[in-house]
Amino acid sequence: MNSVFVYCEIEDGHVAEVSQELLTKGRSLADELNCKLEAIAIGHQLDEIGKQIIPYGVDTLYIADDKRLSPYQTLPHTSIVVNLFKEEQPQIALMGASSVGRDLGPRVSSALHSGLTADCTSLVIGDHFDKKQDKNYENLLYQIRPAFGGNIIATIINPDCRPQMATVREGVMKKEIRDPKYKGKEVKLDMAKYVSDTDFVVEIIERHVEKSKLNIKGAPIVVAGGYGMGSKENFNLLYELADVLGGEVGASRAAVDAGYTAHERQIGQTGVTVRPKLYIACGISGQIQHRAGMEESAQIIAINTDPEAPINAIADYVINGDVAEVIPKMIKYYKKNTK
Amino acid sequence: MKAYNIIVLAKQVPDTRNVGKDAMKADGTINRAVLPAIFNPEDLNALEQALRIKDKFPGSTVKILTMGPGRAADIIREGLFRGADGGILLTDRAFAGSDTLATSYALGQALKKMGNIDIIIAGRQAIDGDTAQVGPQVAEKLGMLQITYVEEVIELKDKKITVKRRLENGVETVRCPLPLVMTVNGTAPDCRARNAKRLMQYKHAKTVTELQKENEDYTHMYNDRPDLNIPEWTVNDIETDPSQLGLTGSPTKVKTVENVVLHAKDSKVISALDEEIETMMIELIESHTIG
Repeated sequence: MNSVFVYCEIEDGHVAEVSQELLTKGRSLADELNCKLEAIAIGHQLDEIGKQIIPYGVDTLYIADDKRLSPYQTLPHTSIVVNLFKEEQPQIALMGASSVGRDLGPRVSSALHSGLTADCTSLVIGDHFDKKQDKNYENLLYQIRPAFGGNIIATIINPDCRPQMATVREGVMKKEIRDPKYKGKEVKLDMAKYVSDTDFVVEIIERHVEKSKLNIKGAPIVVAGGYGMGSKENFNLLYELADVLGGEVGASRAAVDAGYTAHERQIGQTGVTVRPKLYIACGISGQIQHRAGMEESAQIIAINTDPEAPINAIADYVINGDVAEVIPKMIKYYKKNTK
Repeated sequence: MKAYNIIVLAKQVPDTRNVGKDAMKADGTINRAVLPAIFNPEDLNALEQALRIKDKFPGSTVKILTMGPGRAADIIREGLFRGADGGILLTDRAFAGSDTLATSYALGQALKKMGNIDIIIAGRQAIDGDTAQVGPQVAEKLGMLQITYVEEVIELKDKKITVKRRLENGVETVRCPLPLVMTVNGTAPDCRARNAKRLMQYKHAKTVTELQKENEDYTHMYNDRPDLNIPEWTVNDIETDPSQLGLTGSPTKVKTVENVVLHAKDSKVISALDEEIETMMIELIESHTIG
């Protein structure tokens, strides 16, 4: 049975969070399909990288190690992945929906004429019956994602082309080591076979990468604002509440698009996925793309002047009121009762 | 000084950003018909980058390529109003149902026919799909290099371009040879406004299909002013392999589409009254959710 394959992103010798999450998901898909989980690491000085990757249950890890392969560049990484996929013929290939994965994935899918679905929020194995052809397909990858402004959830399949490719955002899947002593083999790729010198046409003149200081994903409490906050100034209320409660500030896409706060705070399908103890949604209507990024929060408070807002349906507390009035009261009564 | 031939890929999209109540049908689904059709926002950022190159290198041309139904001619007109030299509308039932790969194939074949291109610029992604796939896939179809997430063109010299890229966790400056495909981020400068003079000059720009509905009194104008004719290309105007077009040429298929139905939780509904908020805060503190 052909394998499930994960492209591992590497920065500074570390496997990216999103890749670890995909290895975990890839392992469970491979278990269900009764096939191997394979992975590829492309970069430089990767002698120890197997120790980070194989414990997720990887049966074969392919390594392409060369000074010119780090940092990521489109053409050489594409050539290696495309040529390896032609040999290995994986049935499923997963990549992070990151700057790298969203640059690499479409290029690879075009070269192989295989379908790619971006930003999946769920990946499930299932069957499909095609009425027109009177043909049954078994064990396809259902690539599930919200679409069109968020009011629909689409299940996408690639019946005939392989690999079935999907990208997933960081935080959507959970990561879990399969076995610290898992027995997988490492295969060093002979570079000359996979990539040509003409692929190295881009000169990287300067590169400035910083780890985000924000940790919305790990925050126990998230205070998030939406378009209903009305202005950048009103967002200050959210920072105050987050500060008092020991949380972080997040935002809906509409708020980010309106310029109320930075994109790195965006929660939802095209932003970060969070699972805090408490999620306070302020002036957020709660379209599905937003809910996809927060609905697994342990408790949800929705503050909204619109009693019909979709967010209310998934909230534990619904406060019908104006954020500007409610938040100062929350701060006041928190302080009063925790002294 | 060299002049450059630049093509901007642009898409007409429904404005999904602020779906108001009036856009919701009684059954909770979206009434797409009432959503305004707009110029995809990041494609406007792409157009601005193209126009800046034209400003700097006189003699350069900026043309827009858009694929869509007849009304997508609006995208070409909008481009003309803002400074583009012209454009082509790629429109045919044969393209209907295309996924990103079939779209990229059709665009790629049209671009091959346009020929002699130095730079192709597109928005990073369209707001109706958010896939960010068409730019890189077009590049692959043409065998060109791609540079994604561009925020600024720093230098263009001797067939080499230097650009700043915005990554999710930083910035990168790269230099690469032309020709190439660039995709531009929403963080790049906004597009210049419509130019009043150009608006007057091009408000009658039309496709052949639109001209057929035009009042006959105007037709002489289109013979005198060839720049008012927006070329409309169908599948017959480009070389294509039918197996790569539309639904047939799309490896991805939509299996099901479900409307989102909310299963309401058992929520406590309260007002902004002091005592109600205090009770809630005490409950949260006692359950160790906060504090």
